[in-house]
Amino acid sequence: MRLVILEDYDLASEWAAKYIRNRIIQFKPSADRYFTLGLPTGSTPFGCYKKLIEFYKNGDLSFKYVKTFNMDEYVGLPRAHPESYHSYMWNNFFKHIDIDPANASILDGNITDLEAECEAFEKKITEAGGIDLFVGGIGPDGHIAFNEPGSSLVSRTRVKTLAKDTIVANARFFGNDLSKVPTMALTVGVGTVMDAREVMILITGAHKAFALYKAIEEGVNHMWTVSAFQQHPRTIFVCDEDATLELRVKTVKYFKGLMHVHNRLVDPVLSIKDQ
Amino acid sequence: MPTNKSVSKAPITQFVNCRILRDHKLQREDLWVREGRILDPEKLFFDEEGYADQRVDCEGLIIAPGFIDVQINGGYGIDFSQATSNVRGGVALVAKKILEHGVTSFLPTLVTSPPNIYHKVLTEVKVQSGGVEGAGVLGCHLEGPFISLEKKGAHPEQYLRSFQSGGMLDLIETYGTLDNVAMVTLAPELPNSEKVVRELAQRGITVSLGHSVANLSQAEEAVQNGASFITHLFNAMLPFHHRDPGIVGLLTSDQVPQDRTVFYGMIADGIHTNSAALRIAHRAHPTGLVLVTDAITAMGLPPGRHTLGQQVIEIQGLHAYVAGTKTLSGSIATMDMCVRHFKQASGCSVEQALEAASLHPAQLLGISRCKGTLDYGADADLVLLDDALNVRATYIAGQEVWRK
Repeated sequence: MRLVILEDYDLASEWAAKYIRNRIIQFKPSADRYFTLGLPTGSTPFGCYKKLIEFYKNGDLSFKYVKTFNMDEYVGLPRAHPESYHSYMWNNFFKHIDIDPANASILDGNITDLEAECEAFEKKITEAGGIDLFVGGIGPDGHIAFNEPGSSLVSRTRVKTLAKDTIVANARFFGNDLSKVPTMALTVGVGTVMDAREVMILITGAHKAFALYKAIEEGVNHMWTVSAFQQHPRTIFVCDEDATLELRVKTVKYFKGLMHVHNRLVDPVLSIKDQ
Repeated sequence: MPTNKSVSKAPITQFVNCRILRDHKLQREDLWVREGRILDPEKLFFDEEGYADQRVDCEGLIIAPGFIDVQINGGYGIDFSQATSNVRGGVALVAKKILEHGVTSFLPTLVTSPPNIYHKVLTEVKVQSGGVEGAGVLGCHLEGPFISLEKKGAHPEQYLRSFQSGGMLDLIETYGTLDNVAMVTLAPELPNSEKVVRELAQRGITVSLGHSVANLSQAEEAVQNGASFITHLFNAMLPFHHRDPGIVGLLTSDQVPQDRTVFYGMIADGIHTNSAALRIAHRAHPTGLVLVTDAITAMGLPPGRHTLGQQVIEIQGLHAYVAGTKTLSGSIATMDMCVRHFKQASGCSVEQALEAASLHPAQLLGISRCKGTLDYGADADLVLLDDALNVRATYIAGQEVWRK
């Protein structure tokens, strides 16, 4: 793995956004060959989305030939609800960029046959040629998407019942009323994300530090599902200083020492204006 | 990008680079319009996988719902209370001109007139949607003749009437028809008014109290019977008195039914109401304030003498008097002037000033689901303004109908 450590949230968000930008532009996507991107929601990627929007508004990046697949969505929450992941993606990303609505895929948590929806989603990813870059976050309990502790590390897109930890963590978005938080969600599986050609995990904040430690310094364990990516050939963890608080000094020093190598991935930063 | 809109093939316009008035706040959001109505872009994106066909760059302007003027007697030489040979043409001329003031819907107002005028005019002026030809007519506002003698203001005394035949009969006799009537101003202290108020309210016609010497109890009773508006607050009514606030007391009355709001018209031209009085009313009851122009024939015309109803008036600067007196005969301020003056005099927010000319009149008329707001599904009647609240462009049903 590459562990990229930036000083704070803003710098981490910017680094991640630049990386995504360079990957898309290097790929030279076109009508015959789309760049497929897996996307997360939540407070962690918020800054990264803002940066990507900025790049689009400056004319340096286009999402015209990008297909996106979101990781998850609540079950039973009306799509227009301000806390649905559809609303999050629309307000924080899609409405600001030039993506073709037909290319933005998010699981539908209000459909009657949830299993069929999950299967169809997997099929859609396959038909799109697989995911080029899957961007994700990590929960305080080390979960990727809604693959709660105990999820199979080879799982596929399916319905999951949310862990108490997750419901409590999300209560702040539902007026701190636990009864209002959805209890189930559709989520891509650990296996689904592992199938991506490249994975980028964003981790910021001290409250994620323990999960990061468990994910990269301990063994592969279904109780900390992000640990599965230790077995993926191309994973990048992008974090801020606070997220490294539970890591060994040796680990942090090693990867910080590699920053000049990591930075070659985002410097120079490419632009479609130069094409 | 190939189109994939499943609901409608009608073109979609996206107003970008603007601040829109939504949820009582100015927000940096794009505004989407299709088939003359405000469109929900999120639904468009996810349900229809659709996108805009054309973008209008608003260059940072404010987009507010089009203004609604519920009291306008004419303008540009046209007097709605005169039975000319071309009543429809007169209304159309004014309707077209007021687009420049950001007004997208209005109630042509008739002052106290003889029955033959009502009979003629009311058969000619119909409710109709606005468009490139002019602002929409929501119906007529009949200000009189069932008003108080002492508070007739500029209305001709000889045509004042009472409910001597019991009420509705007098109305039908006088007006001829109630079709295309959106509002009636009357004095509730007139005997037999209760039945009239109730009947009109039931028919969906807004009942307004004005040109009256009613005390607070009489006014409250009228509200309980269905009255919901006060015609030009402070003018042509008893002054506020601390032991009987009169009609003005409705602003803070505890006798108004829970689910109802009493709205009140204010002519914020800097002349009809002292700024301090305007502030007192606004602070006492901000959500009920409705800006009206009460504009008369001379609005838009140069200084001099002009006709209003059956009388002659004289313009001096921004003042319009009954010729030979100092009785105000109506205003010649335009709606956008009123919005600017109201904001400056009351110190209110931009949002409040804009809502006083759009949302509140729409709520008063019971049409706030499709007018006076930029909520999804509402009619796309828009006014584009700069930060000083000068009108730069006006749209009706999503179509540009005037641009500076």
